[in-house]
Amino acid sequence: MNASVSHIEVMRSQLGRARGLGAGGSGVGHWWAERVSAAALLPLSTWFVVQMFRLGGADHAEVVKWGGKPVNATMLTALIITTFYHAQMGLQVIVDDYVHGKAHLPTRILVKIGTSLIGLLGVFAVIKLVAAGNSQKS
Amino acid sequence: MQDIRKALYVGSRSDGRLIQRPMSPHLQIYRYRLSMVLSISNRLTGVAATAGAALGVFWLAAAAKGPKSFETARKVTGNPVGQLLLVGWLASVVYHTVGGIRHLIWDSGYRYDKTEINKDGPVAVGVTAGVSTVLAGALLGVAGGRARSRAKARKAG
Repeated sequence: MNASVSHIEVMRSQLGRARGLGAGGSGVGHWWAERVSAAALLPLSTWFVVQMFRLGGADHAEVVKWGGKPVNATMLTALIITTFYHAQMGLQVIVDDYVHGKAHLPTRILVKIGTSLIGLLGVFAVIKLVAAGNSQKS
Repeated sequence: MQDIRKALYVGSRSDGRLIQRPMSPHLQIYRYRLSMVLSISNRLTGVAATAGAALGVFWLAAAAKGPKSFETARKVTGNPVGQLLLVGWLASVVYHTVGGIRHLIWDSGYRYDKTEINKDGPVAVGVTAGVSTVLAGALLGVAGGRARSRAKARKAG
């Protein structure tokens, strides 16, 4: 008889649900992605520092030759993608903490666009270096 | 009412009586601790490291574009102001790495007691200063040496 009695199914106010406020349910994934990318950056950035010892003060031809090697291009691309992925998540948390009100969403989108574009620029620079290395050989 | 914000700090107790909710004290109320500087520094160096990485990408893109663009990039990396920026980037990355490792250790459930955190803080500062100084000195030395020997070779040839 009392099967149809209404009861609270979600521990969240109806106003909060309507406004879409509260936990988004994606926090744990964000947390893990931040840690995993941080751990991946440890060997990648160490590799980059070592490479800078080989490359410090190098001229253009040397840099092109270095960037065109398959292993270097692979490590460089991995470093760039992981760096800007990690940066995007870190900056997002900072924006969430300090930017309130109407400015919040636009700032967050700008951070996403900015980090993505710079990361893509890095990836295409590596592709261009690889292509240049190939055309020099032939 | 002395503080207009107090109007927003009205709450109700579980028995329904209206009370004034406590306001969190401002930053300067707290006693200075090294850990609070190290905590915000991890964020600041994260932002600085990102800015440096963006400059690094521009350097790479200049190399990909051609010798002329790369010469422009060399003008930045070769002059004292640019090198100061590079050293700042390096130090930021080093500190953010040290801070990040500490975070990973805390996340695994270690060194998270108050005494341990207070003990590890100065170590983190020391490691950052040491590693940054050694790396910056060595990298600038290598780069300067290579540039000089090339200039000499150019003069001789």
